[in-house]
Amino acid sequence: MESFVHVVILSMLVTTAIAIVRVKDLFAVTMLAGIYGLLSASFFVLMDAHDVAFTEAAVGAGISTLLILTTLSMTGRFEKASVKPQTDYRPVLALVLVTVTGALLIYGTQDMPGFGTADAPAQTHVVPRYLNDSATEIGIPNVVASILASYRGYDTFGEVVVIFTAGIGVLAMIMSKASSTPVVQTSLMSDHVVLRIVSKMLIPLIMMFALYVQFHGEYGPGGGFQAGVIFASAFILYAMLFGLTEARKVVNNTVVQLLSALGVLLYASVGVVAMINGGSFLDYDFLSADPVAGQMLGILLVELGVGITVASVMIIIFFTFTARSQKAGEPD
Amino acid sequence: MSIVATYLSWALLVLGGLLCISGSVGLLRFPDFYTRMHAASVTDTLATGMILVGLMLQAPTWIVLAKLIMILVFVLLTGPTAGHALAKAALHSGLKPLLPGKSGVLEADNKSSGGI
Repeated sequence: MESFVHVVILSMLVTTAIAIVRVKDLFAVTMLAGIYGLLSASFFVLMDAHDVAFTEAAVGAGISTLLILTTLSMTGRFEKASVKPQTDYRPVLALVLVTVTGALLIYGTQDMPGFGTADAPAQTHVVPRYLNDSATEIGIPNVVASILASYRGYDTFGEVVVIFTAGIGVLAMIMSKASSTPVVQTSLMSDHVVLRIVSKMLIPLIMMFALYVQFHGEYGPGGGFQAGVIFASAFILYAMLFGLTEARKVVNNTVVQLLSALGVLLYASVGVVAMINGGSFLDYDFLSADPVAGQMLGILLVELGVGITVASVMIIIFFTFTARSQKAGEPD
Repeated sequence: MSIVATYLSWALLVLGGLLCISGSVGLLRFPDFYTRMHAASVTDTLATGMILVGLMLQAPTWIVLAKLIMILVFVLLTGPTAGHALAKAALHSGLKPLLPGKSGVLEADNKSSGGI
């Protein structure tokens, strides 16, 4: 029965992928990409990877769809009709390349152990240590959170820096000088009374849910990445409904930029404090007299840093894109 | 008592599933945007609501029940709002609903300026 569900979801994924390639309407493509993210999330749930599924649902289906839609408001709705006038356009070559690469990848999976096999390297290498000792070493029930934030703290730090860099990249490339003098523009949504009222009811709930995800990450699926994205989506919803100028009154540009750096700084400072106390970088055992309490404190602070950075970078990206598209004169 | 709850729960789950299917069929078969949206919003609210209530009757602990109720409230708030926004956007951009014309055939009403 379970493999039947697997087959159904995977074939829906393939169908969605083909539809994304074939459809020319970019709004439809964006929605299909969101559906693709949601289907992947369902597939991850079937594989018992709830943390990954949660991230995929929040990032793949949620915020990236939003950001692509914002981009579309700048670029226009339809693909350029044709690229045929270019003489060196050879779809056959691309097709051959993709087919060969795909065949090689599928051939490569032949050597991989089956999903969930007991003697697979994933099950024998470090995982027994994580599963057996994380309860006594780290002291939190969600092993995924303890691996993510403590055992593999370096990797997560790298990820946060990547997100921070993405924010800087967006700012460096498309931040306009005019952002300090906001365009006076009534929001397109100003006449949507129902939308505004319902959103006013929902925004506090979304923020509370984000905080729950943030601080419940040690006990169940969740954590800084998901919480940051959800928190940012509350602000993005506000900005979409009430206009960028209003939203900037709530969260000042400078403050968001400072916050995005503050998250990374918080993460790194936890590591440095551990070093000062005599441990190695990001070794939370040294944060407190009791190693387990130190681990709990370290994970809490680190996840908070992740959440702050992710939320503010998402807000920065959305605000910058929106400001750019409004400056271009075509609010549509 | 628990037998009744189980049967009721399964009845609601099956009914919700059937409504999901009928909503999808309607989405594919109905003639114009507004009727199709009606089919989709039935799936959004009634079918989802029935499935959620069916699950609530089987909730093992009160915390699961509370979470399901919260999901239900969220769905009941967002679904109709999304439908409303969609319909309004379509009407604003000039899409006329199909109405029965003089000959009894469905046709887009082009005479009246679309009510806003």
